[in-house]
Amino acid sequence: MTNVTTEPATAEPTRARRRRAPAEDVRDERSIISTMDRKSPLVRGVVAVAGGLLLVALVVTCAGPLFWLFKAATSTSTETLAQPFGLWPSGLHWENVTAAWSTVRFGTYLRNTLIICAGSWFFGLLVATTGGYGIAILRPAYAKVVEIAVLATLFIPGVISLVALYLTVVNLPLLNVNLLNSFWAVWLPASASAFNVLLVSRYFQAIPRELFEAARIDGAGSFRVFWSLVLPLAKPILGVVSLLTIIGAYKDFLWPLLALPDHDLQPISVALPRVESSTDLGVFMAALFVSVVIPVALFLVFQRQFLRAAGSAGAIKG
Amino acid sequence: MVALDDPPTAARTRARPVRRRPSAVAWVRRGGLTTLVFFLPLLLTFAYFSWWPILRSLVLSLQQTNFIVTEWVGLANFERVLADPLLLTAVWNTTYFTLLAVAIGFPVPILLAVLIAEMRRTRGFASVLAYLPVIIPPVVSVLLWKTFYRPDEAGLFNTILGWFGLGPLPWLNDPDLVIPAIVVQATWASFGTAVIIYLATLMTIRTELYEAAEIDGASILRRFWHVTLPQMRGILLIMLLLQLIGTFQVFTEPYIMTGGGPENRSMTLLLLIYRYAFVSGDYGRATALSLLLALALSLLSAIYLWATRRWSTS
Repeated sequence: MTNVTTEPATAEPTRARRRRAPAEDVRDERSIISTMDRKSPLVRGVVAVAGGLLLVALVVTCAGPLFWLFKAATSTSTETLAQPFGLWPSGLHWENVTAAWSTVRFGTYLRNTLIICAGSWFFGLLVATTGGYGIAILRPAYAKVVEIAVLATLFIPGVISLVALYLTVVNLPLLNVNLLNSFWAVWLPASASAFNVLLVSRYFQAIPRELFEAARIDGAGSFRVFWSLVLPLAKPILGVVSLLTIIGAYKDFLWPLLALPDHDLQPISVALPRVESSTDLGVFMAALFVSVVIPVALFLVFQRQFLRAAGSAGAIKG
Repeated sequence: MVALDDPPTAARTRARPVRRRPSAVAWVRRGGLTTLVFFLPLLLTFAYFSWWPILRSLVLSLQQTNFIVTEWVGLANFERVLADPLLLTAVWNTTYFTLLAVAIGFPVPILLAVLIAEMRRTRGFASVLAYLPVIIPPVVSVLLWKTFYRPDEAGLFNTILGWFGLGPLPWLNDPDLVIPAIVVQATWASFGTAVIIYLATLMTIRTELYEAAEIDGASILRRFWHVTLPQMRGILLIMLLLQLIGTFQVFTEPYIMTGGGPENRSMTLLLLIYRYAFVSGDYGRATALSLLLALALSLLSAIYLWATRRWSTS
């Protein structure tokens, strides 16, 4: 509740900055309501009131639950149960967080989550960049077939292969390896993402081909062109793909639940529901809070990149 | 012989490159092998974890397997799926869930995005706020809302109801409230994505259109109706379809919140597939139901795209 009153204060500097440089914004700012409309006091009043209400509603509904989670994570269980909206009746209790580490073994699960994110990121980027390079730039005769086969998986609902994927991972055809209870079982299926391949190969296609011809004349081979020309040029899209894969790996629940039955290998998303009923409420809230703090902190630092990634994901869908 | 033949052929190749039949050596020389190396990660991961499982589903739905013995059973798996009285419950629950989720989750992000786009000074702040729930891992957000929905007085919603002298409601334990309660949580967790996508689309609408409408005397609401919405219709149509397909495959929320209860009132199709495969070990039956669901979703998409072809932009 307190952040309702503090947020307008933090919004103040942006307002001041905008006011000093009005000229550059004029063209961009044209939307449904024009500058002409905004001169009318009625329109201004309605816009101001609606905007204010919207902001308050967003703060309460979107930031409110997170704030409550922080409060519950740093209060005792009895306090949270007796006064759900009471603000720290007996002060801050950070011991819940340390208890999450000792009693819930939160550290192990967090480590597993980070390993899963790192591996999914590495293999996801490896497949998307090499595959995208092959499809968009090297273009051998079979590139078109591969591209269509990759694209086709985008249109097939994911549910179709869930059980078959599980049976495949339990016993890999030709290799006869069981990947269950190894991180490979999470890394590799995640990296077969048609969406990432499509995103990257579209970006590669837009790079002027003269650059590659020039590099080839200078004696650069395929690997050299890939490593020192294409990858550096593709940094923006690699950032987008990295963010999407890491967020996806951090959020995933059903697949790690199936692929990692061993408790010692499970990420937090799988472990938290399992320990819920056997854990003290305050400690459990602390565990939830720490699982939220990491992505939220990253989001607040890299908000522009996050929002651009979300927007460009939409541009592909459209 | 090859060495003798080579110079003239090479000369001819340069003139007419198509005529020469490529040998393996020539293929490697021209970089065919390097190219294949670049394709390997994609080919291997897709073959093992995407293409093969899809093909295998088709086979698996006609089989009965317990890892050791596998036998062909024809359409028996499908018959057993259709004979399960829970199927109708799951179909109804999933449809109800989807309709409710779309009824709330489709219009709200549109309105929010249009309003946020009009807010000049606080646009960035508002979009960060709207995207905040999306950043939270679904499991955490489901578990958090599960504590909000506690059926006793300690639950947040029951405390709020208590201020007005109402409640307490059993929320997730109430057969009639369970799906609406899950829908509210699921919408909260995902509306931010749609808002950000719509905001990005709104920024691409050409300002000339608004100017022309304004010169023609169109009011603000008419500009929204006749310029904004038509300009967004392509992305709106796609997003609605994606939301339909996505919510039809809802799993995490009911699995963690209720496990399908009370009285199977939140049993969804994916929960049923999960139960067949990973609780009963009946992989054939689970795959048969997955195939039926995928078929239904593909049909739905095809009908949807056909019915809306006149409105779509491209």
